[in-house]
Amino acid sequence: MANIVQFENVGLRYGTGAETLSDISFTLSAGSFYFLTGASGAGKTSLLKLLYLAQRPTRGIVRLFGEDAGALPRKRLPGFRRRIGVVFQDFRLLPHLSAHDNIALPLRVAGMPEDEIEGPVREMLAWVNLRDRAHAKPPTLSGGEQQRIAIARAVITRPEVLVADEPTGNVDPEMAERLLHLFESLNRLGTTVVVATHDFQLINRIPDARMMRIERGRLSDPTGALRHPPGRAGSGDAASSNGPV
Amino acid sequence: MSWPFRDQPQRRLLDESLRTKSMLWIMGIMLFLTTLAAAAGLGMASASRALDRQLAGRLTIQLVEADAARRDAAVRGIMASVRRLPQVRRVAEVDRARLAELLQPWLGDAGLDAELPMPAMIDVDLASGDEADVAAVKRAAQTVAATARVDRHAQWLSPVASFLAIMTWFAAALVVLMALATTAVVLLAARAGLDMHRDTIAVLHMLGSTDRQVARLFQRRIAFDTLMGGLLGTCAALAAIWLLGRQAGALGSELLSGVALARSDWLMLAAIPAVFASMAMVAARSGVLRALGRTL
Repeated sequence: MANIVQFENVGLRYGTGAETLSDISFTLSAGSFYFLTGASGAGKTSLLKLLYLAQRPTRGIVRLFGEDAGALPRKRLPGFRRRIGVVFQDFRLLPHLSAHDNIALPLRVAGMPEDEIEGPVREMLAWVNLRDRAHAKPPTLSGGEQQRIAIARAVITRPEVLVADEPTGNVDPEMAERLLHLFESLNRLGTTVVVATHDFQLINRIPDARMMRIERGRLSDPTGALRHPPGRAGSGDAASSNGPV
Repeated sequence: MSWPFRDQPQRRLLDESLRTKSMLWIMGIMLFLTTLAAAAGLGMASASRALDRQLAGRLTIQLVEADAARRDAAVRGIMASVRRLPQVRRVAEVDRARLAELLQPWLGDAGLDAELPMPAMIDVDLASGDEADVAAVKRAAQTVAATARVDRHAQWLSPVASFLAIMTWFAAALVVLMALATTAVVLLAARAGLDMHRDTIAVLHMLGSTDRQVARLFQRRIAFDTLMGGLLGTCAALAAIWLLGRQAGALGSELLSGVALARSDWLMLAAIPAVFASMAMVAARSGVLRALGRTL
């Protein structure tokens, strides 16, 4: 399977502070499913920001779709970002737009004609079970509803990579399962999915997924050995290596 | 070809509730003043042109001769000699009654006394105000009477012409200053808008919006405000100018009637809102693109 994302000795520092991420090296295969776990403040969101091009690494190489993302000129970033779907931890819905228009946003940004937008948006609204809330604005929606809108917005363009930061944090277990099934079906269609979560129950629902664990800014389980240990005794060695997934 | 953010839904991407009416009013006031300054400039330029047209080829030949018979003979000779010149359109002696009228403020009724020696005046209209033509008239007059003096009307009114020219430039400078101030206001508004909509722009960028798409949202909004405010301000200014023009016309002043605006001037003034809206659009676009260029 081709590598869609590759990190080589990546470091990230905000301002003049200490490094938030250090010596991160891993590879993500196209069409795979990954979970990213770690304690709060360990650097999960920072790692995801590098993945969805909200940050450039302060050192090392981040290769996306075969190109060095750190060296990309600004004018090429939008094209790359359109290939990545993002579910933000704080949803980042536009509060003045309806649920319908929030979901339609990536299609409009991509320049899709208005008459072609309606169908996919209705489909996504039905899928996240919010068809009757299409005209509601985010401030009038519950946390779970907002999260489902954010997920629908992230996946409507069928991105090559889907990055989700705690996507099931505000939904009930039944909806969490439904959302996970959406991620799985997208994954089956070829989308590489990276989900940051604390929820080990969620992780266990996708047995084929690989897991990365981040601790104090360092990737401690890049091989996925923690999720699929070769043997109970050998898991510790695998977790400390920093090679490709 | 699809054009992102062309249709109505894209226009709602920036929160309209954060929009203030202040930009509309500021633009209205600025374009009111700009239109007044431009109208003043165009009026002065028109008056200056009218003055030039009226005075350029006008001369007066003055003959000072105490002896009435010799004076009258010289006048006839000069008129005949000048009339022969091809560039001369009209030659007429200013009659004594008219002279007396002109001198009345200084001499009172004494000017009407037939015994009072008064200089003879001959008005000459030339086809143009060329120096060579004026010199030819001077030669023709002085061949008949060496003491004949030729005065150009333009020379007497040159302070007025200079004043009109200065006022025209002054008005033009005001229009330029207003345009610069409008650009500055637009840049400030664009910067404030970027700040106000920072979260929305961040989301749009993360979804793959280009800087041009984001800039288009701002440039359209600012151009619309400038156009609407401008139409308001310019209409008010045009109404004020029309009223002032009517009042000036009622005064019956020859000089003020020259300050009238031509049809083309009115059209130019009416185009000011569109010109300023285009200028505001370009300024907003470049300001937003420059600011976005500093982000990732």
